[in-house]
Amino acid sequence: MSVDTGIEPGAALPKARGDYLPLLLPVALALAALPFVPVSTWFTLTVAGLAMGMMIFVMASGLTLIFGLMDVLNFGHGAFIAIGAYVATLVLLPLGGWMQADSIWLNLAALLSAIVAAMAVTAVIGLAFERILIVPVYGQHLKQILITMGGMIVAEQLLYALFGPQQIPLALPTSLRGSFLIGDAAIEKYRVVAVLVGLVVFVTMLLILNRTKIGLLIRAGVENGEMVEALGYRIRRLFVGVFMAGSALAGLGGVMWGLYREQVNASMGGELLVLVFIVVIIGGLGSVTGCFIGALLVALLQNYIGFLVPKLSLISDILLMVAVLLWRPRGLYPVTSR
Amino acid sequence: MSELLTLSAVETHIGRYHILHGVDLAVPEGATTMLLGRNGAGKTTALRTIMGLWRASAGEIRFGGSRIEARPTPDIARAGIGYVPETMAVFSDLTVKENLVLAAREGAMDESRLGWIFGFFPPLKTFWLSRAGTLSGGQKQMLSFARAIIEPRRLLLIDEPTKGLAPAIIGALIDCLAEVKRRGATILLVEQNFRVAQEIGDSVSVMDDGRIVHTSAMAELARDGALQHRLLGLSLGAHQ
Repeated sequence: MSVDTGIEPGAALPKARGDYLPLLLPVALALAALPFVPVSTWFTLTVAGLAMGMMIFVMASGLTLIFGLMDVLNFGHGAFIAIGAYVATLVLLPLGGWMQADSIWLNLAALLSAIVAAMAVTAVIGLAFERILIVPVYGQHLKQILITMGGMIVAEQLLYALFGPQQIPLALPTSLRGSFLIGDAAIEKYRVVAVLVGLVVFVTMLLILNRTKIGLLIRAGVENGEMVEALGYRIRRLFVGVFMAGSALAGLGGVMWGLYREQVNASMGGELLVLVFIVVIIGGLGSVTGCFIGALLVALLQNYIGFLVPKLSLISDILLMVAVLLWRPRGLYPVTSR
Repeated sequence: MSELLTLSAVETHIGRYHILHGVDLAVPEGATTMLLGRNGAGKTTALRTIMGLWRASAGEIRFGGSRIEARPTPDIARAGIGYVPETMAVFSDLTVKENLVLAAREGAMDESRLGWIFGFFPPLKTFWLSRAGTLSGGQKQMLSFARAIIEPRRLLLIDEPTKGLAPAIIGALIDCLAEVKRRGATILLVEQNFRVAQEIGDSVSVMDDGRIVHTSAMAELARDGALQHRLLGLSLGAHQ
């Protein structure tokens, strides 16, 4: 006996209705700001917002995956942002000649070296962090908050002890300094690069999550890790891999943010962590696409509000989060039922 | 007939609750063993303990002669056990295809086996690229079942597959179970629907309060209305 559904097998396959509304929000926000700002300023603010959003996305994407898959509230994520930035300063110190050279290739070689080193170091520290601090507190959220906050404080104080309390300069390479002029609008070169890097990270994550078996396992594990194990997959190993990748992404975000601000300090991770958590909550726990949209919204809004009503910019993130949660209480694209 | 799976004096605690109180169960190879009992008797806990999703606090579980009670769940699954949970546990965010791709551990899906599954469950083909979360309850059950049989397994643990399903879907499930069994799989099936149990079961074990309180051939229990009433609080007549 088979089941009659009244639908011809193999014929026009019905698909789930896509939820595209959140994708339109950044565009709607940008268009809504246009009447209130001169066009050239709007263009500059928008590119600045996109660049900032991409950097926040890179930092937050690892955290959302870690929470979605492992159900771990990692308040130590900010430590990896700061460590990534400090590793970049250490690598770029002896490569100062390449950074100052007029050759774009030497500039990029120096930057790539710093990025690879920062991601490798933060991935390895992430492995140790997961094995030593996280493993004993799986499934215990309160203890996770306490122990990861503790880890964050220890890391921050170690950075102070090793590098001192002063700001450490992290200069941009020669070829990324200055701006492009488009009409009356000045667009900083580095912001364009940040947008491109963020897009590459986003597309790569989407391809991995949607086109590979590892990605399938991560998406399934975010939803129901127990069932993934019952199908015969060792999800603990996947946990470790995702934690390392998430830490490495935080490291990359730290390098990008350090270059954006052209300085690093030990408390930068803690300062960015609040923003990162807001983005993860707005996006919906565990969702990379939601995290991407959330980061763009937060950054664009900060830039527009900062220009139009500077005093409001301090609370624009919180107001945005409240508005999104009133509309969608589990965030824009919730993946987990947590 | 040799026994593929045996539980000896298995105890399970969940937190401070003592759920299984020394379960002794034998599942003969190539047969369908029904695990019956009232709600809260410990049937689901027994299946989850076999899969290693809850740890046995005492006792011994042997599968194909090897002890498995201390092995991690993925290793137990890889030993050849497929699991269909009561909740179905399909991955809602993944398409039907992706759910089955994940279940096919050994590599690409066998096209002929997939066609065989589509023969029982045509909606899976119809909704091949749809997200599993959009399927109806019956279709999710088909997907959950298909996931367990997309590759041959030596033993299938199935938890209340017919709960809340339409009769036509129950019929398809029964046909599929019979075919899976004919192909050599052993089945341990938790079922509340006594008619279904009678139709597909070879042997039966009844649980009550975390223990096995009766074991016999299914036909023997089906014939004995008084025994059914005593063990399960029902009679087959009431279900006809």
